[in-house]
Amino acid sequence: MVPREQDDVTGTEMTGHEWDGIKELDTPMPRWWLWTYYATVIWALGYVIAYPAWPLVTGATPGLLGYTSRGELLKDAEMARAAQAEQIAKIQSLSLDKIRSDAGLLQYAVAGGRAAFLVNCAQCHGSGAAGGKGYPNLNDDDWLWGGTLDQIHKTLQHGVRFTANPDTRQSQMPAFGTDGILQPEQINDVTEHVLKISGQAFDAASAGRGAVVYAENCESCHGKSGEGNRDFGGPNLSDAIALYGSDKTSLAAQIKQPRHGVMPAWSTRLDDMTLKQLAIYIHSLGGGETSAP
Amino acid sequence: MVQIINTVETIDAVPHNSAARRSLYAARVKIHPKRGAGTFRNLKWLVMIVTLGIYYITPWLRWDRGDYAPDQAVLIDLANRRFYFFFIEIWPQEFYYIAGLLIMAGIGLFLVTSTIGRAWCGYTCPQTVWTDLFLVVERWVEGDRNARIKLDAARWSLGKLWKRVVKNVAWLVIAVATGGAWIFYFADAPTLAQQFITFQAPAVAYFTVAILTGATFIFAGYLREQVCTYMCPWPRIQAAMLDEDSLVVTYSDWRGEPRSRHRKKTDLSGGKAGDCVDCNACVAVCPAGIDIRDGQQLECITCALCIDACDSVMEIIGKPKGLISYSTLKTYNAQKAGIPVAIGWRSFLRPRTFVYTSIWAAVGLVMLFTLLQRDRLELSVQNDRNPQFVTLSDGSIRNGFTIKILNMEQRPRSFSLTLSGLRNATMAMVGIDESPANGLEISVDADELRAIKVYVTLDQHSVSGEIMPFSFNVLEQTAVGTPEARSTSAIFHAPKKEQLP
Repeated sequence: MVPREQDDVTGTEMTGHEWDGIKELDTPMPRWWLWTYYATVIWALGYVIAYPAWPLVTGATPGLLGYTSRGELLKDAEMARAAQAEQIAKIQSLSLDKIRSDAGLLQYAVAGGRAAFLVNCAQCHGSGAAGGKGYPNLNDDDWLWGGTLDQIHKTLQHGVRFTANPDTRQSQMPAFGTDGILQPEQINDVTEHVLKISGQAFDAASAGRGAVVYAENCESCHGKSGEGNRDFGGPNLSDAIALYGSDKTSLAAQIKQPRHGVMPAWSTRLDDMTLKQLAIYIHSLGGGETSAP
Repeated sequence: MVQIINTVETIDAVPHNSAARRSLYAARVKIHPKRGAGTFRNLKWLVMIVTLGIYYITPWLRWDRGDYAPDQAVLIDLANRRFYFFFIEIWPQEFYYIAGLLIMAGIGLFLVTSTIGRAWCGYTCPQTVWTDLFLVVERWVEGDRNARIKLDAARWSLGKLWKRVVKNVAWLVIAVATGGAWIFYFADAPTLAQQFITFQAPAVAYFTVAILTGATFIFAGYLREQVCTYMCPWPRIQAAMLDEDSLVVTYSDWRGEPRSRHRKKTDLSGGKAGDCVDCNACVAVCPAGIDIRDGQQLECITCALCIDACDSVMEIIGKPKGLISYSTLKTYNAQKAGIPVAIGWRSFLRPRTFVYTSIWAAVGLVMLFTLLQRDRLELSVQNDRNPQFVTLSDGSIRNGFTIKILNMEQRPRSFSLTLSGLRNATMAMVGIDESPANGLEISVDADELRAIKVYVTLDQHSVSGEIMPFSFNVLEQTAVGTPEARSTSAIFHAPKKEQLP
């Protein structure tokens, strides 16, 4: 081999490359760099043996340590569950009232309930549980089927008008208009009566006639003064909250051809611990009742 | 006279790191600094004792803070996010005090550098202090400069191996103690020490000690002046801070040159000889491996050991001390021109140092003032956004607020929470006292934040708009002196007028 040209200043060999009179030094790699490089090569060899590395047709070589990212996740989840074992066991065994009276357990249940709510319930009730037209607001103190922990829990378990579940909350209001039970002017009168009992502006003469229609057709479910009946799911008509709107047009439309919301029974979809946490979360939103009125 | 001059030993020392000799293409040549003695060496011993003493002892100082806070005088409690410094406790949101201290440290460094040069590098920098300490060990085990050079060149023998082992083990012990002391700033020192020894301490403690041990061992034992020359940004920055009035280690070449090893002979032959006898004592003691007679250079950390070395030689040959001395460029130029000027404190008085001092003091005073004035009570209010408001069955409107009260004192306190600017509103504490009230009583533990959910309810006839500004007020009920009070504005959201029940 012909000895390569050496640079006078540095004593370094030349590569032999030359561009417009500029010659390239063949400067050796810094030693620290070279050793770091060797170390990474050795590390890589070890890594390829220990961890999944080479792609195969349906997967990859598993590696000696048997590591998978899915396994890592499962392990983490398992650890989290183990850390919460005490709370989980208590929530499973204790009654809802007992859970609520334990501050630490309450906090855990509310947090867990909130997480489950956002996944399962927010689609209809909204992420803040404020509901919307036709979807009940869970923050307020107006309950169709009752606002105690047990009542909320039951509603969650069996759903509303969910026919697949035999214990579902069931109520049906006749279509007073489309089925021809009431005449249009009667509907108008009874609407005025509802406006009156819910504290809104009303026509006195019309409402007076409507009171008679109300007593004959509506009282059995909605109560004498419109206070509702939670056993039958009869909504309170005398308060400031109306599920399908409280203005005259909305009320009249609901009497003529009522809409009925459906909520699935969650007992077949979620485990009871989650349902209990959901009940406690919903109860904590500001309208929860401690005893049925 | 001849006798006296002959007692000055000429040392065969080479300034390997001087600009003329140093090559980026060559491997580093190890520096073997000779033991120094003299005024500045003594000063450096003193600074070393003080700085190491502060570093090792500080975490063990106790400070009584009562039942509700740790009794360690200086503690960075990362887990609980508190910083304790004697009588001062800092919460994370008061981090600007730390920022202020860093600004003061920066400006202080400018001030020091512009007056007394790279004093930080030469005396107090940990790299310098620990390198000095490691050199003490090295000298103790292997002997002074010549013995060490000889040992390095010698072939491996049992004796050499033994010395190397003893030296490295001693270094390692110091390094472990260095890393070990660091972790005590972050936890209760006696507890952590016990845990550390019994292997009960958290893994992060061992990691930290391992990293700092490794860094100390390698930096002070093997890298030494390379850290200052190649790794550290300070020399570059500090070099830019120097001006003609800054004190730097200066060789008075107007007095020393032409240097001569045979002064007597030169004198006799009628030649002119300077005071420098070219004994290389200044080169031999230099830990940076340079020759100060080449003038100011980046590698010089101004440790002043060459001043001591030269002064002792001047004493022997009966010449005035100060051939190498702390001097300013201005003084040097004047003296070179033959104008007799002495270094005085007046060189410190100039616009630049005045500006630095003013900024430094201003930052300090502002911090001190805010520290004395700061509140130990904070109130923050967060409006529920989803939903913004809830219509209740009786038509009234309800808003939810998360109220956070920070009791930053080391005792439990009780506060009243009231509303102002919202007529007829009532409050209820969710989960605590849900009966509507006009004011609430809230107790907060010592040094704690308490968050409570409050519902504010307003009847629909009192709603005057979609957005109603009002404020929450807290007033201390358990005050020792003047009760602390805080007020925070909030907004009550209501539906549009036509959507009101």
